[in-house]
Amino acid sequence: MATLDKKLDRRSFLKVSALAGGGMVLSFSWLAGCKPTEEEMIGLPKEWFELNSYIKIGENGAVTLYSPNPEFGSNVKTSMPMILAEELDTDWKNVFVEQADFFPQRFDRQFTGGSQGIRQGWTPLRTAGATARALLVAAAAQTWNVLASEITTAAGKLEHKASGKKAHYGEMASLAATLEVPEEVPLKEIKSFKIIGTSKRNVDGEKIVTGKPLFAIDHKVEGMKYAALVMPPAFGMRLKSFDKSSVTGMSGIMDVFPISLFKEDYARNFFDTTTFPEVVAIVGNSTWEVMQAKKNLNVEWEKAPESSFTLAGRGGGTSTATIPSGLENTLSHKARMAEYIQKPGNVVRRDGDPEGAFKKAAKVLERTYTAPFLAHNTMEPMNCFADVKGDKAVVYGPTQAPEFIMGTLVQALGIPRENIQINLARMGGGFGRRAYSHHMVEAALISQKIQAPVKLVYTREDDMSAGVYRPTYSATYRAALDENNNLLAFHVKAGGIPETPLHANRFPAGAIDNYLAEAWDIPSNITIGAFRAPRSNFIAGAEQSFLDELAEEMGKDPIEFRLELLKRAETNPVGENNDYDAKRYAGVLELVREKSNWNTPQANVSRGVSAYFCHNSYVAEVVDTVIKDNQPVVESVYAAVDCGIVINPDAARNMGEGAVVDGIGNAFFGELTFDNGAPSKRNFDKYRMIRIGEAPKKIEVHFVENNEDPTGLGEPLFPPVFAAVANSLYKATGKRYYEQPFAPQLEMQNLRM
Amino acid sequence: MAIFNLNINGKSMQVDVDPATPVLWVLRDHLDLVGTKYGCGVAACGACTIHLDGNAVRSCVMPVSSVGGSKITTIEGLSENGDHPVQKAWLEHDVPQCGYCQAGQIMSASALLSNNPNPSEEDIDNAMNGNICRCGTYLRIKAAVKTAAQNL
Ligand code: FES
Ligand code: FES
Repeated sequence: MATLDKKLDRRSFLKVSALAGGGMVLSFSWLAGCKPTEEEMIGLPKEWFELNSYIKIGENGAVTLYSPNPEFGSNVKTSMPMILAEELDTDWKNVFVEQADFFPQRFDRQFTGGSQGIRQGWTPLRTAGATARALLVAAAAQTWNVLASEITTAAGKLEHKASGKKAHYGEMASLAATLEVPEEVPLKEIKSFKIIGTSKRNVDGEKIVTGKPLFAIDHKVEGMKYAALVMPPAFGMRLKSFDKSSVTGMSGIMDVFPISLFKEDYARNFFDTTTFPEVVAIVGNSTWEVMQAKKNLNVEWEKAPESSFTLAGRGGGTSTATIPSGLENTLSHKARMAEYIQKPGNVVRRDGDPEGAFKKAAKVLERTYTAPFLAHNTMEPMNCFADVKGDKAVVYGPTQAPEFIMGTLVQALGIPRENIQINLARMGGGFGRRAYSHHMVEAALISQKIQAPVKLVYTREDDMSAGVYRPTYSATYRAALDENNNLLAFHVKAGGIPETPLHANRFPAGAIDNYLAEAWDIPSNITIGAFRAPRSNFIAGAEQSFLDELAEEMGKDPIEFRLELLKRAETNPVGENNDYDAKRYAGVLELVREKSNWNTPQANVSRGVSAYFCHNSYVAEVVDTVIKDNQPVVESVYAAVDCGIVINPDAARNMGEGAVVDGIGNAFFGELTFDNGAPSKRNFDKYRMIRIGEAPKKIEVHFVENNEDPTGLGEPLFPPVFAAVANSLYKATGKRYYEQPFAPQLEMQNLRM
Repeated sequence: MAIFNLNINGKSMQVDVDPATPVLWVLRDHLDLVGTKYGCGVAACGACTIHLDGNAVRSCVMPVSSVGGSKITTIEGLSENGDHPVQKAWLEHDVPQCGYCQAGQIMSASALLSNNPNPSEEDIDNAMNGNICRCGTYLRIKAAVKTAAQNL
């Protein structure tokens, strides 16, 4: 066994206590949300004993594990408890899993995003499991009067071989809960894992397929009211006035009032991105009635002047953020981006003498790639339940980032932090959108005003048109070649509205002697934020499409070409701070080459390859396109992934398949445009999403087997899809695709999807 | 407001609502049957799919006044114990990610199989085309429909 030489993070291990009568700790809020009642499950113990924040054991050996992070579909609610169960050395079939509510004193980093849940939870969860196991062993040692080191555990049972003494965990739980928490605990060796690395089904699967209430939108309490919002019709507009009497006579309508999310003196945090900080709330007796009133409310909007607010910095300092005025259009966005492409950007990295090398070049290849704004379109629209009475608040809603919205709630409600309970709902999708949780503040303000419980639901139109979008981006790549087609220099200049997608220290930085990276950005009043693999989700497609075209120009196989560059980066890296491990990067390319039989092409199949590193994981993908009825159809996708140890392989494959489908959908169809500040698509009748018939027939997700600590999985399979599709379409149609989405161009070529 | 007597999941239920109220909101707000989901309100995503006399329909655009004596089945009433072959196949293939679209997917799939127990690939695509899964679980949905067809 490996001993963890690091001291336990004591913060998450409050004093252990034996709990009587069902074992619910009253200071916990488990009962407050809409939790499944444990009584429904079989084999419930009479008493629970809490060994630490994450683990309770019943006298009959049942185990309850708390999943700390909010669940948005990446299945952390199954995989995080698997890590606990592994080190606890219990039997998975005796495990009940519960969603923990927001409780930062007890749980580490309750944040779902950046594909960091498993990576950052790995050590704390293993430690929590191992600590509980150590307490049970210590209790058995004391009871049996033997040495703890002579006691073994397996599948929830303790054994002292020499004396033949045996017990299940439940028999030792009450004593274990009173013992001193050890400072150091041994962790299992990877080769003795029994649960990690085996596929376990989604712990909420049965509830999902039977339609049980799982989401905040399903929540209801006695006396609850319903609310909807009326928001400005366009970015750059704000509320001027509204006529309450236009709807107060309507059936079921109780009240109409404006709400304002931020107090004057509040310094916003980075996740306080709020589309419209002042909106009108309509409260009534049912969702349908408030939605009807929404259509009828007489409101006057006006153009918003330029404004600014204070933004709190990470280190405690503040800065001023400015929101420009104006009603923006996609056409003018494109024109401005075209201007910036011609101008010099800010140099972010320079290796060697790129300018000199370009001067000497026999040939320069230059290509520009663009992509539009994207809406997240989680299937469950933004919504939230809130119950605010006096100086107490309970907020139950879909959020990826409860910690970041807590301060916003405190300032908006004027209620101290300790009186606000945030309960974590299962989310009907996140993709980054629910890192910005102002829907929770809106619901809380409405509830505070009416002093009654309320459920706020965005219509799909609200959700799509008041988004925190993926920005529009552009990237221009240039490569300098000598007369023998040797690569002399590489130049990337990338920008967007309102941020650059550039990761200057990523591949191929480090692999080319003369390298230049420049960034630019254009301010905007359109709100943007994290979207599955932020920035990578565009720059990967641009970079990997360019490398494909460059390989062709140089007369090289696209996989061989990348491997050559990676060899250089591995053996003799250029520059410093290269943000990737060239060997692991090459590893996924080699694996995908093998699994897709890259070297044995099939007739009538057009293949494209792409590889990318982000969120600490490496992914390579091969996309196969065939022409059917004169249309290119993505038929198969092969993905090779290095994300270290895979906790739950089948669920990991599911996530990978989903990311690939998401990538194909956005590559072909994803697009949000603006007309005088207003999003031109407001519902799924216009915003084209990938459908079942457009998904590939086959997606194979292969994992590199190694013993590296686990890293991100929810995001890294997404970015490489775009270029693998574009490169495959090039083979199929003879045309390169520089502008996302691709479907309209294919249609113009009369090669309809 | 008007009183409607509805036959839902084999039980008769009464609601007093605006006749224009879509069945979706009657189920969710008035009858606490929240398994049926809101996704778009314009029959473009399939999240709200229920069965009306055995056929898959979008409850978000169906006024309660149009139901009459037809039989409504929701995800809660698809099977007594969550053991409809489609539900079992969904578990076997561990289809859901976020899970939000899945009730609608299951209702579309179960209606397809009750009318066409041996669907071709194309039949599945056509029947399920109206159901968006933002998480992209389409391959597993298709595999689960095929498994369910075998176990009908
Ligand atoms: S909610 Fe009915 S189809 Fe989308
Ligand atoms: S499982 Fe999330 S939308 Fe389908």
